[in-house]
Amino acid sequence: MSREITITTLKYNPSDENSKPTFVDYKLEETPGMTLYIALSKIKATLDHDLTSDFVCRAGICGACGMIINGKPKLACKTLTSEFKDARIELLPLPTFKLIKDLSVDTGSWMKNMSMRVNSWIVTNEEYDISKFEKRIEPEVADEIFELDRCIECGLCVAGCSTAIMREDFVGAVGLNRVARFSIDPHDSRTDEDFYELIGDDEGIFGCMSLLACEDYCPKNLPLQSKIAYMRRKMVKV
Amino acid sequence: MSQENVVESLLGETTQKKKSRIPARLDFLQSATGLFLAIFMIFHMLFVSTILISKDFMLSVTKAFELNFIFEGGSPVPVFIAISIVFVVFIFHAFLAMRKFPISYRQYLRLKTNSDLMNHGDTKLWIIQVVTGFALFFLGSIHLYTMLTNPGNIGPYASSDRVFSDLMWPLYIVLLIAVEFHGSIGLYRLSVKWGWFEGEDSKVSRKKLKKAKIILTVVMLTLGVMTLMAYMKIGYDHQENYGEKYMHTTEVNHAN
Repeated sequence: MSREITITTLKYNPSDENSKPTFVDYKLEETPGMTLYIALSKIKATLDHDLTSDFVCRAGICGACGMIINGKPKLACKTLTSEFKDARIELLPLPTFKLIKDLSVDTGSWMKNMSMRVNSWIVTNEEYDISKFEKRIEPEVADEIFELDRCIECGLCVAGCSTAIMREDFVGAVGLNRVARFSIDPHDSRTDEDFYELIGDDEGIFGCMSLLACEDYCPKNLPLQSKIAYMRRKMVKV
Repeated sequence: MSQENVVESLLGETTQKKKSRIPARLDFLQSATGLFLAIFMIFHMLFVSTILISKDFMLSVTKAFELNFIFEGGSPVPVFIAISIVFVVFIFHAFLAMRKFPISYRQYLRLKTNSDLMNHGDTKLWIIQVVTGFALFFLGSIHLYTMLTNPGNIGPYASSDRVFSDLMWPLYIVLLIAVEFHGSIGLYRLSVKWGWFEGEDSKVSRKKLKKAKIILTVVMLTLGVMTLMAYMKIGYDHQENYGEKYMHTTEVNHAN
């Protein structure tokens, strides 16, 4: 038997000077297997055409639908409405990122700045010949790199991190994970001294207070606790 | 003012166009001083709780710290030196740790809102550390200064008189709670921060570390409450003879 659920969302358009932040309740019929993404689509289609939220893949791959769901940073497409026994769900946009409108935030600009800041690409002194195969690496090392490459840059680790929330210039777990990924990649010729130049400060690895919300809310279950500790051990020795 | 400092302050990098190594040293020292104080906290509790075994045993431990096997009857100097070292480390640790405190209304509001909304265990643990750490600035300093100025005044009666007749017990109750929570949470957070005892699966080891943290808090608090009650009882019974030093049973028998 289906039940009625109430979804409360923050509505606000910062670019409209007449808009004021308000909470709006939407009541709708829950359907079997309903995710919050489906619920929001239904609200937008039937109850409020003006409500704004982001999505692309609907399958936990793109990371676009991150939001605060009953206080916790989660992906709307991977959250079932049936998880909430009292049938009440409160939605907020992800903090730290620039609010576009309602539940839609600009994670893209933040991630781009982060990528530029930590030089999130392979740096090598070797001449690269695209007609030849890439230098081979051990399968275990490749697995470890691929594991960290699964990050979808959804921003949940940043939204859950009290350090990032208090200090907006903190690079976040996503940035530290990027550096860890390149530091273990044999294709990258950067040394620990080079990585120190990128994250060796209180806005980088030494700003992290090990609160571990990044680890606990990462929708891809990345080993963030372990990799941040690994980078900290490396950087403190530089 | 050194030109090196001026350049780093202006440009965020040294004259060698490198990032300063100071943040790394500060992060390491914050952990190192915290680890030292947490280990000290455990041993301090074990030593003061010897009163639960007997007054004689507590006195023997005290005298051992006064190096009575070198100096006849013991000397307060080694105790003074030990307390001085702890006090310096304590102040340095407080100085380093407060860099992480929320320091503006905006930071405080964002931290509180995020923590209340998420209800996330490890974030709350850190907030407990901030609150207890702030309390320890004052409670710990009062206790350490009292001991620093009374290094020869530690013993079954002297300590009990201090707890009961000198009215230190209200402070010690709050100090005990603050220090045990702060220390045990600190040890857990140090482990996850540096990846100690991580093993094959950090999620499994974290759960075990959290369990160990709870056990440590409970054991230390229980031991602490029992010890404080023992000193209160002795202090209450001894209030008429305030200031009198305890004599080891063998010495009393010998005198008789």
